[in-house]
Amino acid sequence: MDKLKGKFKINTNIRQFSMLIALVVIMVFFQWLTGGILLTPQNVTNLIMQNGYVIILTVGMLLCIVSSGSIDLSVGSVVAFVGAVLGELIVGMGVSTYIAIPAALVIGALIGAWQGFWIAYMRIPAFIVTLAGMLVFRGLTQLVLQGHTVSPFPEGFTLISSGFVATPAAALILGGVAIAIYVFMSIRRRMKKRKNGFAVTSLAFFVISLVAVSAAIGLFALWLYLYKGVPVVLVLMLTLIIVYSFFVSKTVPGRYLYAMGGNEKAAILSGIKTKKVLFLTFVNMSVLAAVAGIVYTSRLQAATPTAGLNFELDAIAACFIGGASNSGGVGTVIGAVIGALVMGVLNNGLSIMGVGSDLVQTIKGLVLLAAVVFDIVSKSRAKA
Amino acid sequence: MGEYILEMKNIVKEFPGVRALDNVNLKVKKGTIHALCGENGAGKSTLMKVLSGIYPFGTYDGDIVFNGEVCKFSDIKDSERHGIAIIHQELATIPNLSIAENIFLGNEREVHGIIDWEKTGSDAREIMQKVGLYEEPTGKISDLSVGKQQLCEIAKALKKDAKLLILDEPTASLNENDSENLLNLLLELKSRGITSIVISHKLNEIERVADEITVIRDGSTIETLERDKDEIKEDRIIKGMVGREINDRFPKREHKVGDIAFEIRNWTVEDPMVSGRTRLDNVNLKVYKGEVVGIAGLMGAGRTELAMSIFGRLFGNKISGEMLKDGKVISISNVKDAIRHKIAYVTEDRKGAGLILDEDIRRNITLANMKKVSRTGVIDADLENMVGEEYKKKLGIKCSSIFQTTGNLSGGNQQKVVLGKWILTEPDVLILDEPTRGIDVGAKYEIYTIINALVAEGKSVIMISSELPEVLGVSDRVYVMNEGKIVGELKGAEATPEGVMSAIIKNRRL
Repeated sequence: MDKLKGKFKINTNIRQFSMLIALVVIMVFFQWLTGGILLTPQNVTNLIMQNGYVIILTVGMLLCIVSSGSIDLSVGSVVAFVGAVLGELIVGMGVSTYIAIPAALVIGALIGAWQGFWIAYMRIPAFIVTLAGMLVFRGLTQLVLQGHTVSPFPEGFTLISSGFVATPAAALILGGVAIAIYVFMSIRRRMKKRKNGFAVTSLAFFVISLVAVSAAIGLFALWLYLYKGVPVVLVLMLTLIIVYSFFVSKTVPGRYLYAMGGNEKAAILSGIKTKKVLFLTFVNMSVLAAVAGIVYTSRLQAATPTAGLNFELDAIAACFIGGASNSGGVGTVIGAVIGALVMGVLNNGLSIMGVGSDLVQTIKGLVLLAAVVFDIVSKSRAKA
Repeated sequence: MGEYILEMKNIVKEFPGVRALDNVNLKVKKGTIHALCGENGAGKSTLMKVLSGIYPFGTYDGDIVFNGEVCKFSDIKDSERHGIAIIHQELATIPNLSIAENIFLGNEREVHGIIDWEKTGSDAREIMQKVGLYEEPTGKISDLSVGKQQLCEIAKALKKDAKLLILDEPTASLNENDSENLLNLLLELKSRGITSIVISHKLNEIERVADEITVIRDGSTIETLERDKDEIKEDRIIKGMVGREINDRFPKREHKVGDIAFEIRNWTVEDPMVSGRTRLDNVNLKVYKGEVVGIAGLMGAGRTELAMSIFGRLFGNKISGEMLKDGKVISISNVKDAIRHKIAYVTEDRKGAGLILDEDIRRNITLANMKKVSRTGVIDADLENMVGEEYKKKLGIKCSSIFQTTGNLSGGNQQKVVLGKWILTEPDVLILDEPTRGIDVGAKYEIYTIINALVAEGKSVIMISSELPEVLGVSDRVYVMNEGKIVGELKGAEATPEGVMSAIIKNRRL
């Protein structure tokens, strides 16, 4: 029995890290194929700026998938619609950015409430409701923009996606602070575990992992410093990742998401208001879609009718590559973000190599399939 | 008689780290009903999976001799061709298809790929008559009761010219009436020369129909009892299953009853789908502190519906009546309220509604009372682990660790997890719905011990059970329910199976 236990532990660890390892392998591979361009300081910053909005969408999508195994197909259209509204408000009517952005978030919440109402309270499958939403909001985007592209946005607005925090040196300071916080938290957690009488990893392993993670953070900060510093998008992205990761793994409402995704009936019998949770999950999704819409419009410096096309598919693929289960109840924010990065690095690496978008699509599709096949095969192995 | 239709010789089946079957021998005589008994995890289902080809030849050691020839089944289809049909505990019907379509699924009556509906219908009718099912074959199968669906499964097996039927817990989800029909059908099939292997926990049924009984314990054959030679009695079978005598199937406890803890008055509930149809009619019920109250009745009497309507109005429409706790009227409009008022409901559907099977023991236990392991909404992982360990010990959950997924636990241990989850909510009143369904004798005893410990602390237990000996053996007082009404209240010496049945029959006549 003890032997089994050891095996089980190693298995779960490998599963947790397998996607991270895959990401590293893909990065090394493209580093080699692109002759070292992939990981230049400039391209690393580029990668972040290119993928910011997809990662934001992925975080929201993960919550939908975990809570009920449902996906939101409308997010790409919501990105476009929010962009169109921003264009009308800021460019067309000259409304201040500080008013337009909260307005965009409120619109996102209203869209989410609309879809969430049908999904959670009327029990219409999310697939159908959000497929309808996809059409409706794409249509409304064209209606608002009258088929035109609206630009230019003022500089203050475009800084959201292209701006940097203060001077490049800020990267080093923030990196140092991040390392300090990480080390402090790790030691505190270890001491608490000790105090409560739980087994902890060996001291050597602890120190090695502490040093390794700190080095990774430090190196990343150095890379940012070598180009232009910390992008504003990165701050937004990291904040969302940390907050949502904490939310789903450490809070009671987060636990409820997994519970209802795992077995809705059991969740109801345990006193979880599943309808309300599902409703709020979809409100949250659309608010994050609005955030992504703001970032994307800022990056494009224009509102266009075709903005956000197929974004939903990227976000959904990222979640599944990152280990989420399409029946709900399984998946992590970090996993989904890694999934998004895998897609991002593929996009970026292939385009540096001059591979056409036709092939890029094909490769991304195959990677999605391969990742999920790997996941299912390794799971059935673990069971046998 | 006397000739063996099936011999399984020295079957060994290993899974990584476990030897599930260790030299099992099973001999089944032609034209008999052979019962396979053993606690959960003893290896009964594994043995049947070996026999039916679910674990194909090559994945086990030993020989299967069926009808005089050594068989090497590669899959289920292969064993079916030889005349072995297995009927699983979980029904394998497709609810949206008709009875006839279900019966001929995978074996359609067709001409060049086009289904002959005339023949499908007439053939179905013929086979259905053989199992005593007089329904329109074009009707939807989901409109039939579970018992009748079970008959369809048997019909499906017969149509394949099965010589050997394997029935895994065939009566687990049937009421007394349907169980009786099914057992009679088995006897009738026997008279027509069809051999059956029956796996069942309901020893009284085995006692009634089995010609021979093979007992399996811990992956080995213990003994085979024969009707002519040995005494076939429940206690005798149990002794073989657990390896010792169980003198008392229900642990004793001191009967110390306090004040009224919980009461419902004039509880009337309308059907949620059909307006105007009363499902619970003027139910009055009370339970004292430190008391176990049983609710007996046939399936469909409204017992689960009663529990669910109490527990946060999960069942029914237009609920009227009063609910009192500790003498005060309370109102409960959802599950959260119920938990807050210290009422707990342990569902009859352990896997479907009790547990999150993909999650571990610890997370399942804390789910209904996250407050206990969190501060301002943030979960304290260490505290949660400690609670998990505490309940694992307290309830004697057998597992590799609290991080084991509940889907891999045996039924008895799963039930302990569900009980643990509700005990963690610190309830005053626990409603237990079929708390020992589908779990073995040893685990049942442990569950009864837990119930005794709860009432010893002054908590009240309302126990719903379809097993009469259990509900009578465990309860201090028994209500009898029938068709949504309480039709009797039996105390002490009145609480006998006859008492319960006569209360039901009296009500039926009215």
